[in-house]
Amino acid sequence: MTTPQTAVTARRPSRMTYYRLALATVGRGVFNAFNANKTSWVGLAIFVVVALLAILAPVIAPYDPLDQNILYRLKPPSEAHWFGTDYYGRDTLSRILWGARISLVIGLLAIGSAMIIGTLIGMVAGYFGGRTDLLIMQVMDVLLAFPSLILGLIVVAMLGPSITNLVIAISLTAIPPFSRIARAPTISIKNREFIEAGHALGYSHIRLMFRHILPNIAPEVLVMGSLWLATAIRVEASLAFIGLGVNPPTATWGGMIREGFENILDSFWLALFPSLAILIVVFSLNLLGDGLRDAVDPRLKGEE
Amino acid sequence: MTEPILTVDGLTTSFRVDKKWQPVVRDLDFTIDKGETVAIVGESGSGKSVTALSIMRLLQPGSSRIEGSVRLAGTDLLGLDEEAMRDVRGGDIGMIFQEPMTSLNPVLKIGFQIAEVLRRHRGMDAAAAEAEVLRLFDLVRIPDAKRRLGEYPHSFSGGMRQRAMISMALACQPKLLIADEPTTALDVTIQAQILELVRELQKEIGMAVMFITHDMGVVAEISDRVVVMLRGDKVEDAAVNDLFAAPRHAYTKMLLGAVPKLGGLGDTKTPRRFPKLDADGAGPEPQNEPDTRGKTLLEVRNLTTRFTIRGGLLNRPVGNVHAVEDVSLTLAAGETLALVGESGCGKSTTGRSILRLVQPAGAEILFEGKDLMAAGHAELRVARRRLQMIFQDPYGSLNPRQAVGSAIAEPIRVHRLMDDEAIPDRVSELLNLVGLEAEHALRFPHEFSGGQRQRICIARSLALEPKVIVADESVSALDASIKAQVINLMLDLQRELGLAYLFISHDIAVVERVSHRIAVMLLGEIVEIGPRDAILRNPQHPYTKKLIEAVPIPNPAEKRKRGALLTDELKSPVRALDWVRPASRMYPVGEGHLVREF
Repeated sequence: MTTPQTAVTARRPSRMTYYRLALATVGRGVFNAFNANKTSWVGLAIFVVVALLAILAPVIAPYDPLDQNILYRLKPPSEAHWFGTDYYGRDTLSRILWGARISLVIGLLAIGSAMIIGTLIGMVAGYFGGRTDLLIMQVMDVLLAFPSLILGLIVVAMLGPSITNLVIAISLTAIPPFSRIARAPTISIKNREFIEAGHALGYSHIRLMFRHILPNIAPEVLVMGSLWLATAIRVEASLAFIGLGVNPPTATWGGMIREGFENILDSFWLALFPSLAILIVVFSLNLLGDGLRDAVDPRLKGEE
Repeated sequence: MTEPILTVDGLTTSFRVDKKWQPVVRDLDFTIDKGETVAIVGESGSGKSVTALSIMRLLQPGSSRIEGSVRLAGTDLLGLDEEAMRDVRGGDIGMIFQEPMTSLNPVLKIGFQIAEVLRRHRGMDAAAAEAEVLRLFDLVRIPDAKRRLGEYPHSFSGGMRQRAMISMALACQPKLLIADEPTTALDVTIQAQILELVRELQKEIGMAVMFITHDMGVVAEISDRVVVMLRGDKVEDAAVNDLFAAPRHAYTKMLLGAVPKLGGLGDTKTPRRFPKLDADGAGPEPQNEPDTRGKTLLEVRNLTTRFTIRGGLLNRPVGNVHAVEDVSLTLAAGETLALVGESGCGKSTTGRSILRLVQPAGAEILFEGKDLMAAGHAELRVARRRLQMIFQDPYGSLNPRQAVGSAIAEPIRVHRLMDDEAIPDRVSELLNLVGLEAEHALRFPHEFSGGQRQRICIARSLALEPKVIVADESVSALDASIKAQVINLMLDLQRELGLAYLFISHDIAVVERVSHRIAVMLLGEIVEIGPRDAILRNPQHPYTKKLIEAVPIPNPAEKRKRGALLTDELKSPVRALDWVRPASRMYPVGEGHLVREF
C-alpha cells in the first residue's frame, strides 16, 4: 500500500510522485506473481547465485581462462583444477565462470531488446486492430514458423559470428512470441471503459498506449521474459555448439561442449561440466518462469 | 401452530481471510411459513446471498464455516451428509440465480436440461419427463412450449431464460424456492412479468419463497415479510406493511429514504435532491431545485448510427443493427434531459454517438453553434473538453495502475489548461468538490468503494470544466444509499456550475428525481419526449405507458392490480440490408411534448 508520505508531498503530489507510484504498482504486480508460487523463489535464488558467479568471475576464477599450459592438458578433476583441464591445458572451471558472462550478456541483451520491440509491435497490433493487426501478426506468424535455432543460424550465417550479431539473431527469434504475449492483454484492456473514458477526455493514441495500456500489460510481459531468457541461453549455446558462436578462444559454454565432444571418450569432464552449467541455468529460469506464468493469468482475473 | 417450512436459527457463516475466520453473516434468525414470501433485503456486502448459499450448503467447505441450525420442515440441513444434501438441492429446495445468461449450459437443449432434473430427482422416464417439462413450460408461460423444448439457451432471451430457470427450480415441486436477485439483470417490463409469475405460481402451488433483493420496490411488490440485513446482521424483521409504514431501525429508514417513489414529484418541473441520509435514517424531504435552465447548448438532429453485421463465407455484410434511428433532441445549459429505455434500445449508443466515440452514419450535432460532425480530429478534442462523459462501471472506468490524483490531473495536462505548478492545487480542489479528501490523490482506484470511484470519475470530467456531461447509467451499479448521494452531488454541481446532463438510465424512478425533461427510446427511436411531469403523468405512447406501469412501487399499500400476465418481449433492432425505415413523424400533444405515431 502507499508508503507514509511527508505532509508536503501528500498535499501537493508532483508528477514524479505519480510516476513513482505507478511504477510501484507494476513492481507489485510482478512481485505478487512471484509470491503466488514458491518455486519461483527457488529458481530466482539459483539464478542469482549464477549471476553473481558470472559477475565476480575475474575475482574468483582461479586461473586466466585463456592461459594455456601444455604440460597440464586433458587432466581430470583434481585439487588444483576442480573441473579438470582441456586440450590446451586451460582450467575448465575458470572457463565456465567466464563463459557464464558471455551467455548471460547475450541472453539478457537479446531478450531485453526483443521484449521492448516485441511489446511495441504487439501493443500496436492489438490496440489498432483490424487490418494493422492482421498484417503485423501475419508477419509475426511467418517468423514464428521458423524454429528459433534455424532462424538464428540463418542470421548468424549471413552476418558472421560476433556478440552483437548473436544478440540480433536471438532477439529476432524472440520478437514474435513477445508480440503475441503483449497483444492478447492489450486487446482485453483496450475494451475496458477507462480506455474509452480516455478517448472521451481527448487523450491521444500514444498516451493511451504508453500511459494506460503499457503499465497494465507490463507485469505479464516481464514475467514471460524470464522463460524466454532460458530459451535464449539455450539457443546461444546451440549456435556455439555448431560453431556459430562467439569466436574462439573466448570461453562459451556451447563452444566448450563442442571442444569437449572431440575427447568425450577419455576426458568426459570437458563436456560434462559446461553441460551441467547450462542445465542449472535453464532449470532455474524455467522454475522461476513456470511459477510466474501460472500466477499471471489468475491474478489478472482476480484484479477485475 | 404448525412448524414453519424453513427455520434458520443462530446462523453464522465465516470465511477464512488471511488465516482468520471473518464472519460475514452473524447470528441470523428467521423463519418462512408455508405459502409465505420472505424478502431478504440489504445492500451489497450485507451477506444476503451468503445466507442463501449457506442454507443450500453451496459454499467451499475449506474456506468457509457454517454454524447454527437450518431446519427445512423439521430436517436439520447442516447435519445431513453430502449425498442426502444433493437430494435436498433441486428436490426440496429450488434455487434461481441472478444471471440467467450463465446459469444454463449453452451446449445442451433446454428441454433436456430440465428433464435431467426430473429424471434425477423424481425418477421419471424420458417420455414422462418430457410431458412434465411441457406442463412446466406452460406453467411459467413460455409460449410455443413444444418447439422451444428443443432449442438451445442462446435462442432464449433473458426473460425467457429466467422463466426456464424457474421451471427447472419448480421441476421437483420444492417446498422452498430461493430466488437470489432473479430480476436484477432484467429489464423493468420483464421484471414485472417475472414478479407476477412468481406470485401466481406461489398461489397455485403454495410453496414458500425466500426472495433476495436490494430493490425496495420489488420488496413491496412481492413479499409478505421482510428481513433487513446490514453487514451480516439482521437489523429488522417485520411484516411488509409494517415495515414500510413504520420502519423501526435507522438503517431501514435510510434505505427507504433513498428509494425514489415514481410520481412523488407530482407536477413540479425541476429536479429534487434526495433527503439527507445518515446513521440516524433519512432527513426531511428537500425542496425542488431552482430552475437553472439557460439557452440551448447542444442540438442533435436526425442522429442515425448503425453497426454492420458480417457473416457468411466471405464475411460480407448481411444486415445492420439499427442502434439509433433519426434521433433529434436539444439540451439547454443547466438542464437535465433523461434518456430512458430498456437494454438494447440504443440509449447508450446515442450518448456515445454525440461524443463521436462511435461514428454516426448521419447526423447534425450542433454544440455551442459548431457542427461536431464536420469537426476534424483537433477540433473534436477541443469540443470534448466541453462535452464530457461519465460511464456506468465505476470499476472499469479508472486505470487500475494510475493513482487517483494522476487520473484527475491528466486531462488538465493534456489540454494544457494550466501550469504544472498549479495542477496539484486544482486536483485537491476538485477532490474536495466531489466530497473526497486531498489526501486521496495518492491512492489507487481499488482502495475506494464504488460510490467513491464514481465521484473520482466525476472529478476527472470536471477537470476540463465541461458544459455538458453525458452520464451513461452512471449510478445504476451503485447501492441505493450511495446512488442517492451521487445524484445529490450531481444536482449540486448543476446548480453551482450550470452543468447540463444527458442522463441515460433505465431506472425511471431515479430519472424522475434528476430530470427536467425525459425522452423515451424504443428500438433506436425516440417515441416520446417532453417535460418530465407531462411524460410521467400523461404518457401518450403505449410503450411509455407500459414502461411506467412496470416500475415497482415501494409501497405495499399501493400494490398494483395488474392485468393479464404478458409474455411479449422486445423486438430486435437487427434489420436486413435493404430495409427501409417506414416514414413516421412525431406530433405535438402539449407544450414541448412530442409523441411518435403508433
